[in-house]
Amino acid sequence: MNQAVQAAAPAAKRKPKETGVPDNKKFLHPSLEKNYGNWKYHDRPRPGVLHHVSHSGDQVWSVRAGTQRQMDIYTIRKLCDIADTFAEGRVRFTIRSNIEFIVSDESKVAPLIAELESNGFPVGGTGNSVTMIAHTQGWLHCDIPGTDASGVVKALMDELYDEFRREEMPNRVHLSTSCCEINCGGQADIAIIVQHTKPPVINHDLVANVCERPTVVARCPVAAIRPAMVNGKPSLEIDESKCMCCGACYPPCPPMQINDPENSKLAIWVGGKNSNARGKPTFMKMVASGLPNNAPRWPEVADAVKNIISVYKEDARPWERMADWIDRIGWPRFFEKTGLPFTKYLIDDWRGSRANLNASTHIRF
Amino acid sequence: MAKQMHDTPNLDQLEDGPWPSFVTGLKELAKDKDYVVDLLGQLEESYKTRKGYWKGGTVGVFGYGGGVIPRFTELKNEDGTPKFKDAAEFHTLRIMPPAGMHYDTATLRQFCDIWDRHGSGLIAFHGQSGDIMFQGATTENVQKAFDELNEMGFDLGGAGPAVRTSMSCVGAARCEQSCYDEAKTHRAVINTFLDDIHRPSLPYKFKFKFSGCPNDCMNSVQRADMAVIGTWRDNIRTDEALAKTWFAKHGMDELVNDIVARCPTKTFQVKELKKIKTGEHISTVAVSDTHGIEINNQDCVRCMHCINVMTGALAPGQDKGATILVGGKSHLKIGGLMGTVVIPFIKLDTDENLEKLVDFAQRTIDFFAENALEHERTGEMIERIGLANFLDAMELDVDPAMVNSPRMNPYVRTDGWDDEVAKINAKKQAA
Repeated sequence: MNQAVQAAAPAAKRKPKETGVPDNKKFLHPSLEKNYGNWKYHDRPRPGVLHHVSHSGDQVWSVRAGTQRQMDIYTIRKLCDIADTFAEGRVRFTIRSNIEFIVSDESKVAPLIAELESNGFPVGGTGNSVTMIAHTQGWLHCDIPGTDASGVVKALMDELYDEFRREEMPNRVHLSTSCCEINCGGQADIAIIVQHTKPPVINHDLVANVCERPTVVARCPVAAIRPAMVNGKPSLEIDESKCMCCGACYPPCPPMQINDPENSKLAIWVGGKNSNARGKPTFMKMVASGLPNNAPRWPEVADAVKNIISVYKEDARPWERMADWIDRIGWPRFFEKTGLPFTKYLIDDWRGSRANLNASTHIRF
Repeated sequence: MAKQMHDTPNLDQLEDGPWPSFVTGLKELAKDKDYVVDLLGQLEESYKTRKGYWKGGTVGVFGYGGGVIPRFTELKNEDGTPKFKDAAEFHTLRIMPPAGMHYDTATLRQFCDIWDRHGSGLIAFHGQSGDIMFQGATTENVQKAFDELNEMGFDLGGAGPAVRTSMSCVGAARCEQSCYDEAKTHRAVINTFLDDIHRPSLPYKFKFKFSGCPNDCMNSVQRADMAVIGTWRDNIRTDEALAKTWFAKHGMDELVNDIVARCPTKTFQVKELKKIKTGEHISTVAVSDTHGIEINNQDCVRCMHCINVMTGALAPGQDKGATILVGGKSHLKIGGLMGTVVIPFIKLDTDENLEKLVDFAQRTIDFFAENALEHERTGEMIERIGLANFLDAMELDVDPAMVNSPRMNPYVRTDGWDDEVAKINAKKQAA
């Protein structure tokens, strides 16, 4: 805390009210509160609209619209104006940063959609659509970002705009982006994640003062970091033959710079699924890497993602998520159909990796 | 009027195209705020050089040890002064939303007014942990903004080695698949750990997530240290009118190819009505005058697929509750881990039952605090000590529902076998 604050608030500092998670009851649309726990079924009259029917006979329509997530107050106030004028003053946000307007009268749906779209908010993201991209902070706010988040998302969603507003995919397609290998964006059908390709560049003048060296040594997944005296100063050194460039040492030790404008690349992962529907939940798998971090619109990444989406759209059967589809056609066909090169770097050699090898003669020719 | 804008040729390109642009939003804010003019200046520099320029630090509010993400610029002139001085401090307040992220517009407008007065005017709904992120305040203004938000009834979320802000799905408020009161459970658990949220002192982060059914819309299995996922024990419920409506629209091809063929345990069958069996564990429903569905619920793994396809025609049973999985996390350090089952089924329908979950959560966090290494997540700790030791400490009975298969190697010392069998038999007899 800086001195100005300490000076401005001398004796009686306000104690926080440790209230925790607020009760959501007073924020619920009245029909949601009335029918809480009593819903019977839902359908989707059109993309971007969910229609829920209660056992009581009550009905609500939820209109879902995409946002930029990092919203300025003018945008939020505009959304509130729309909610007050064209909906019923209650909204909610989805896990993927879409906003939902809830109305209890079907006749309000069409004017609400028209108003949202005329103000630049795309209506969609329901059912078998390509959803808004779960993302993180990037250059805007993160202290360790390899790339931007909101910018990548904006550039990609411009390209996927129509697929967000339609429900033409075999099943839903969840996307995420992450600005480092910590993967804050999370698991998804298709994920874009920074993949560093060179070991960190160490500023030995700073390590002793900035980094708790044992912590940094312990943080390395492959034990490639060890304490060392460099130029007469206590520092750290890296066994570069062991280092796999994950960047885990960078957050606890910023002088170990892992981000590089040229050598920090982007990788594409597919087939993550958190739902238990059909098969068990799956982790996503890396299928491409080496894509350039080409701000401001990342065209190479957009092309790669669009290509995978279009092959999946063409080839998968109804209800097959990305992972289900690949289970059916097999990995050789996935790489053949997408035209992505299968390189040696895609053969897992991390712990437990033998479970990812083919221990059978099950091969599709 | 704010000062003159910096040139932002890279960011300008993110104003093209149909998707809502955060750059356009920032430029709107920059009309009145020097703060955002300089934020755009720094962001443009990142776009040019492809590097980030924020570093952390120590900024907080009085009484709490976490919940604010401090950011100080590292983009300096040669004399050490910030290159974009008005955005030299750009801290974020993480604020916990109401469960299910429901709002009225009056609340959102009040957020905007507060953040207009004390912050950049940029708010993210929501961060990946589920916080409302009030992005961009000076050190001086963090306390002012928090005080006003706190007076509204909102509280800071978690950051650092702490219990983190949680998320729950829309659930019972608007979803027919809800298997427990997600919002109530979310609050009951999280509000028990406010001290562990506000005063970070755990080995590392601990995340709870609450999903109302196995569709797991909160993505809990892959990222929550403790995932509470709704499920049920009795038979799938059926509604003949809705089943017939579905079938009339979709027909036999879709019923067979999209549901029968996709049932993971092949327990979902379509039969001629006269051949359909009935029984204690069997759900049946006619879809036409000639054919119907037969589901043997003892073979059903509650995957949700058939219920998702025929919503309303099929529905979760009435003996509802949740499965508890622990240890989910992402890549660093040892690789991604899924949560694994530690409680196959727990009822959450009464305050007493909720208290059992809260008690289990408390004991898990106590054990984690005592036994995890620094920067080790729960899943990594369990990987290190073995699930059986964790279960033993939590006083949970082992259950074959916790494994994909029994052990595939002989490397275990089993001289306690007879004692374990005797204990299991004694428990069975006592039950």
